[in-house]
Amino acid sequence: MTDVHGKPDAEFRNHLAQGRLAMQRFRKSGRLVFYPRLLCPETGDGAYEWVDVSGRGTVYATSVIRPRPDAGAPYNVALIDLDEGPRMMSRVEGVAPEAVAIGMAVEAFIGREKDQPIVLFRPADSSGGATS
Amino acid sequence: MNDLRGASAIVGAATAALGEAPDRTDMEILAEAAKSALDDAGLSLGQVDGLFATSMVHNMATLSIAEYLGIRPRFSDSTMVGGSSSVAHLLPATLALQAGLCEVALVCYGSNQRSAAGRLVTNSAPPPYEAEYGPRYPITAYALAASRHMYQYGTTREQLAEVAVAARGWAAMNPDAFMRDPLTVDQVLASRLVSDPLRVRDCCLVTDGGGALVLVAGERAKDHPKRPVYLLGQGIASWHRNISQMPDLTVTAATESGAQAYAMAGLGPADMNVLELYDAFTINTIMFLEDLGFCTKGEGGAFVSGGAIGPGGRLPVNTNGGGLSCCHPGMYGMFPVIEGVRQLRGECGERQVPSAATALCHGNGGVFSSQATVVLGTEETI
Repeated sequence: MTDVHGKPDAEFRNHLAQGRLAMQRFRKSGRLVFYPRLLCPETGDGAYEWVDVSGRGTVYATSVIRPRPDAGAPYNVALIDLDEGPRMMSRVEGVAPEAVAIGMAVEAFIGREKDQPIVLFRPADSSGGATS
Repeated sequence: MNDLRGASAIVGAATAALGEAPDRTDMEILAEAAKSALDDAGLSLGQVDGLFATSMVHNMATLSIAEYLGIRPRFSDSTMVGGSSSVAHLLPATLALQAGLCEVALVCYGSNQRSAAGRLVTNSAPPPYEAEYGPRYPITAYALAASRHMYQYGTTREQLAEVAVAARGWAAMNPDAFMRDPLTVDQVLASRLVSDPLRVRDCCLVTDGGGALVLVAGERAKDHPKRPVYLLGQGIASWHRNISQMPDLTVTAATESGAQAYAMAGLGPADMNVLELYDAFTINTIMFLEDLGFCTKGEGGAFVSGGAIGPGGRLPVNTNGGGLSCCHPGMYGMFPVIEGVRQLRGECGERQVPSAATALCHGNGGVFSSQATVVLGTEETI
């Protein structure tokens, strides 16, 4: 029997609060899934486990949001393909927003915004990089 | 499925209050469009027994609209698939007409988005695991797709600009279009960056406006004053809601909705005389030309170059001026269909495509999320 009473959204955020970037791996498909959800989007199966991911990834698509001059500085928004498969939206920081390029190697870190942990990325360090 | 080919026909079509309509409510604009479309069909409001509509602000749209119009539809559908809704409503309307669940179907839309700016509310929950990064919706989603298309296929900024220039060329010949001044590639490229690589002139307008269509069963289509326009083929498809969940940012579900519509119509891209594609942003037109089979994947940029889709080009696309230059009152799906109808009736004056007998009209909703395609044809195509 499959447990369909899980709270994967809260579980993900709890892991993040503990400094852990983990994603669901659904048992039947073996697929890592993001964002968190109750059922595997490939098989409909509900059995999953949490797997720590490396946080290493590649920029899949990128944009620079340019607020009007009096409304703040330009910033990056990108889609990142993690080495383990899942894609997520995030920002690549620590580099000028327009310098973020498709194909760029990046690594995740857990920042804080509005008093909540948030997954952000920076250009990958040649030494390998860690998730927090 | 082929028994749906020609099962319904559009016998009334009208727009209302395109552009700026200060001090008018969305319902006033919608009701004007509905009344004009019914007049066009030689019908009265009291004969409407099927209602198909959605709204940016009324989340029980058909209830609010039926009350406002004073009708009690026997069948209604307010499926909300963003800007594609008015195109997507034509399929349930056809099914209901064919099944005898209604006899006169009214598909309608109205918005005062421009004049009500700042007072609009959204009833949509923020996208999970995206909103916290501050993307601007919907433009950033389309900008991400454009960035990927440029990276993967070498699509250029100039090619994106060509789409806006072509739309403006058509708008110049449409007295109802909101922006009709000449526009050049250089002017598009000099406009303000909003969400790289997209600039202001890559974006659809924000206008007021409404539109309505009246449908009856195909066999009753000739009982009405205007030349009927038949629904030859229809398809609806969606693969995602949020841009981070779109499997490949360069390929939309229009590949599927288009294939369904062509199969039902028994026609293909080469048979289409005029195209009306939902151009929320310049990248849309390029990707839909690819996904609907007018060129191969990745060739859309080259395809639109050199004025190829503008007046005098090789393929007439968005002959009303599109969402980029004609109108875009919150959701645009109604307007490509109305323009398709008008082209097939031969009502388009200076911008008329000579002896157009088939039209492909395509709606897009969300962030490349919902795709709805219809193939329209004159009586000669039945």
